[in-house]
Amino acid sequence: MIHSFGIVWLHRDLLLSGLANTIVLSVLAALSALIFGALISTVLVRRARTTAHIVRFLIDVARCTPFLLFAYIIYYGLPSLGLRFDNWGAGLLALIAYHSAYMAEILGSAWRSLPQDPIEAGHAFGYSGLRLFRRIVLPPLALNAAPVIGNQIIQIVKDSAFLTIIALPELTHAASAIQSQYFVPFAAFIIAMLLYWALCLVVEACVSTLGRMADARR
Amino acid sequence: MSYSDVLSIFSGALTTLLLSVAGIALGLPIGLGMALLRWGRLPAVGPFIAVYVSLLRASPLVTLLLLLFYGLPDMGIEIGPIAAGVLALTMNTSAFYCEIWRSALLAFPREQLEAARAVGMRRGMCLRRIVLPQIARTSLPALVNEMSQLIKVTPVLAIVGVVDITRAAVRVGADTYDPLPPFCVALAIYVPIIFALVSVQRWVERRKARLETSE
Repeated sequence: MIHSFGIVWLHRDLLLSGLANTIVLSVLAALSALIFGALISTVLVRRARTTAHIVRFLIDVARCTPFLLFAYIIYYGLPSLGLRFDNWGAGLLALIAYHSAYMAEILGSAWRSLPQDPIEAGHAFGYSGLRLFRRIVLPPLALNAAPVIGNQIIQIVKDSAFLTIIALPELTHAASAIQSQYFVPFAAFIIAMLLYWALCLVVEACVSTLGRMADARR
Repeated sequence: MSYSDVLSIFSGALTTLLLSVAGIALGLPIGLGMALLRWGRLPAVGPFIAVYVSLLRASPLVTLLLLLFYGLPDMGIEIGPIAAGVLALTMNTSAFYCEIWRSALLAFPREQLEAARAVGMRRGMCLRRIVLPQIARTSLPALVNEMSQLIKVTPVLAIVGVVDITRAAVRVGADTYDPLPPFCVALAIYVPIIFALVSVQRWVERRKARLETSE
């Protein structure tokens, strides 16, 4: 058993590059999904009924789709429509498109649950448009939604592991590579799981620091 | 894609549903048991369960499944794809159920326990008659949510060779050299199943909200 952990240690650079790829994927996907989710959520809260209904329907479908099937459709299915991606492109596109739907839902419901009084007060003090959004709406919105967004980012980290099926060299793929070459399944995958755990603990720590900062400012 | 291809994807749906039900049926009570053990503040077991739950909630199901599927035979325990799949699903989902049950238990009013003790109820009876019915009601939406999450991760089992909806669709796609139609059939099976659960969850939440406002 010690021996097999030794083998994994010898190939730590492979595992670490997998970890780095997982981090890059997750950070890119989380940031893009947040931006697209925010844009989509503005459609959700607006009055335009038909567009809002169509967007709502698409979000519901995305939220009822297993991520793995979604990644398969983008990587293997879309080429028959003439859309061809390499594994990085397909993986990123799958993560971003899928999680934008969740982020839109999170931000939309956080927006709807905001108290209206400060916004009306902001109007009364002459705030409008982008300034109103940045100064009055965004701070409570970001703070209220932070824990749920943190959970979603953890979900992104975990979903990125599914991309091993399209041969994207992320953490689980690296662990698989080590295990198939040296046959040390237990050591390779348990270390991968511990690394995922560490990543999630980092995300959780960031969210709780944000929460403490918010409490201090209140 | 022929009629029999569509049929083969639907028979994969049966596997998906059976495995999901197995995972839920095993995971729910195990999660409850772990939550009760933590709630009872047992000295050695509590922290151990806390670490186990935190680790399993954070690790992707693919990694856990590969660990079990390749790691257990390496340690001398023979395990097939279906058994590894059910074990991975159960371990994963029970960690989430444990957290759901535990947060309901933490919110449970202690006075009721003291009142039960005062009228001479034993611990087991108090649990069955007073605690469980109430925490089952408060955590129902979260439990249903976790069920839909579980179905959403079942395609992972296809990786080790379980012929579920996803693997059946991949097979048809490989045979016909046109993967898009079978994937669409697969999607058309998954979405209604998961949407049904999501609708149940929304309905339960609405009912709960109505009950709380009327109280």
